[in-house]
Amino acid sequence: MNERLAAAFGLLPSYLGQHVLLSASALVLGIAFSLPLAVVASRNPRLRWGALMGAGLIQTIPSLALLALFFPLLLALSALSRGLLGVGFQALGFLPSLLALTLYSMLPILRNATTGILGVDPAAVEAAKGVGMTDRQRLFMVELPLAAPVIMAGIRTAAVWTIGTATLSTPVGQTSLGDYIFSGLQTEDWVLVLFGCAAAAGLALVVDQLLGLIEAGAALRDRRRVIAGAAGLIVGTLAALAPLAHGAGAGERVTIGAKNFSEQYILATVMSDRLRAAGFQVAEKDDLGSAVAYQAVASGEIDAYVDYSGTLWTNVLKRTDTPPRAQLLSELTQALAARDHVEVLGALGFENAYALAMRRDQADRLGIHSIADLAAHASDLTLGSDLEFLSRPEWAALKSAYGLNFKAERRFQPTFMYKAVTSGAVDVISAFSSDGRIAADDLVVLTDPKQAIPPYDAVILLSPKRSTDARFKAALQPLIGAIPVEAMRKANLSVDRDQDKQTPAQAAQALAKAIAR
Amino acid sequence: MVPPMVELRGISKSFDGGRTHAVRGVDLVIGRGEFVALVGGSGSGKTTTLKMINGLVAPDTGQVLVAGEAAGAVAPHLLRRRIGYVFQEIGLFPHLTVAENIGITPKLMGEPKDAIAARVAELLDLVGLPRDFAARRPAALSGGQRQRVGVARALAAKPSLMLMDEPFGALDPVTRDALGRDYRALHENLGLTTLMVTHDITEAVLLADRMVIMDAGAIRADGTPAALLAAPDAAVRALMETPRRQAERVRERLEASA
Repeated sequence: MNERLAAAFGLLPSYLGQHVLLSASALVLGIAFSLPLAVVASRNPRLRWGALMGAGLIQTIPSLALLALFFPLLLALSALSRGLLGVGFQALGFLPSLLALTLYSMLPILRNATTGILGVDPAAVEAAKGVGMTDRQRLFMVELPLAAPVIMAGIRTAAVWTIGTATLSTPVGQTSLGDYIFSGLQTEDWVLVLFGCAAAAGLALVVDQLLGLIEAGAALRDRRRVIAGAAGLIVGTLAALAPLAHGAGAGERVTIGAKNFSEQYILATVMSDRLRAAGFQVAEKDDLGSAVAYQAVASGEIDAYVDYSGTLWTNVLKRTDTPPRAQLLSELTQALAARDHVEVLGALGFENAYALAMRRDQADRLGIHSIADLAAHASDLTLGSDLEFLSRPEWAALKSAYGLNFKAERRFQPTFMYKAVTSGAVDVISAFSSDGRIAADDLVVLTDPKQAIPPYDAVILLSPKRSTDARFKAALQPLIGAIPVEAMRKANLSVDRDQDKQTPAQAAQALAKAIAR
Repeated sequence: MVPPMVELRGISKSFDGGRTHAVRGVDLVIGRGEFVALVGGSGSGKTTTLKMINGLVAPDTGQVLVAGEAAGAVAPHLLRRRIGYVFQEIGLFPHLTVAENIGITPKLMGEPKDAIAARVAELLDLVGLPRDFAARRPAALSGGQRQRVGVARALAAKPSLMLMDEPFGALDPVTRDALGRDYRALHENLGLTTLMVTHDITEAVLLADRMVIMDAGAIRADGTPAALLAAPDAAVRALMETPRRQAERVRERLEASA
């Protein structure tokens, strides 16, 4: 427990720094866009309606979806600018998070600033005209100062929203305090989840209080409070950003990606450790979605990650046939190299296949051994899946091959999917064959006589740039064919179990030691 | 020949696209040094007429000349810096001190700080406020004190024309009477030209040299109070007699109760 907390604290300077950098930049941009817009909107009723409507509409988009939508958008823009100007930009990480959060912060600032300016005492406005002020002088000398407390209240709301929503930027590859929450959720490490929540809430609280001081200063026309609040914000921001400045050390910088489950965190750490030993400076981008991860490696946003042959076969190549394991792997390797210049460095030596699994007692009682047996009972049973399985072509293939029709289908974070099947909330789950919890929870994996599910060899993918980087490849080469499924299951379970839980970093060390023999 | 301070030539204004007119075809000439009261009931067009002089309202038709210069020949904000404007709601800037409020127009005109400070002190004396009021905020003043600051602010850039819209209308009778008399003295001493909108005939008779009576957007009568008392228009005569009638009734009631 203490070791896990210590590990969490160790990550705090980098996570907090990134979180502050992201939310502060988004807030500054939000203010820079919203205030002039509010001034124009307060002068023009038709524009006011449009601006507030637009900002309100953005607010109705779930924040996670807004963040996610910026990735394909930026990817397309980056490809366009690379084609036209020869320069692309990062579509993953900071930029999409910044843009989404900026849009998100605009509504409260825009609404409060417009209301504040329109709410200025008409007598003061008439007097401003009467004493001979120009429109500009009236704005800066009378309207903005008098609306300042209302505008500050809007900025305060925006700041708290932005800091909270910034935790959701983890899945698009931006490091933030959300990294604690997302990896804690995946590995059932509630201490980590709570730690992340407390850190984000604490940050929001401190910023809210400092902005509150400025707001009170503006309302009471007390310059000292405004200065104290602003100084607190500036000093705090600089202090939080200080650790980031040390980041630039020796060694080439590379980024290793990971999808959102324990095995991926462990393997990413194993790869990172090897690269660090080889003199690279390594950053990790965790919790990427399947499609995001592949696009990221193809565009060079990340340098390497682990994916599964069947996933790439069906989702990236859109193939519906299922050739034998070795043939699929070699065809896949050729196709990805030819199409995207992505190199399949090799298979790690184990499969992590989608597999339908049920509680042993229920399977025995119903006499279900294969997916064919399951089809007859499916209409009485509920299927629990991870977040993406039901949208994947594998599920469509499985469904049509066996004529599966469940009573209900429910989606879970992988962690909760296992909880759901052991507690009886669902009957069948889309398990992962390398998952230690299948044995630990006494589940049976149903056989697939029609071979509707393709093989899922774990493979290391390299970005086009790294496919010609001999030093990089040499660092990862020893992992190829080196990880048996038993070793992977053991490592996964050590992170996923409730008792004697380990961090992915600890599990990675143990796994590296075990496969080195 | 010196042009009149204000000359209005056939000005009209409609706020509803021409269906009704707040002001229609008003001609008015105000000479230098005159104190004119613009009198009329609610909706008679007196405030609209006043605001067309300093460009707070733009006339639909007609011409406005201030000191012989046509409105539109100068930018409205430059014109307004040369005209003092006092109105019922006062409109002091709550985030500025009394001194900053009074000195605002000289500051806009780029006068040096020490000159503004000296002018503020002079104006506080002129409107009868203690000098140590300079550092206070408007919220710390009474209604009468605030309007004294309002008058001082209007005088700060040494205008020769003052436009006043019900300036003392929201004050208690004693304060109102005192402020009215003090302002009339300022008008004399500073050689101002004043156009004051009021609906109070007594106030108009007590302060003004000349009264212009408006009704339904047009000028119904124009002359000295004495001349209007003898006007051929019976309604104007009735209006002008109200102060005297009221005074007589007040005396009767006081005698009856004594």
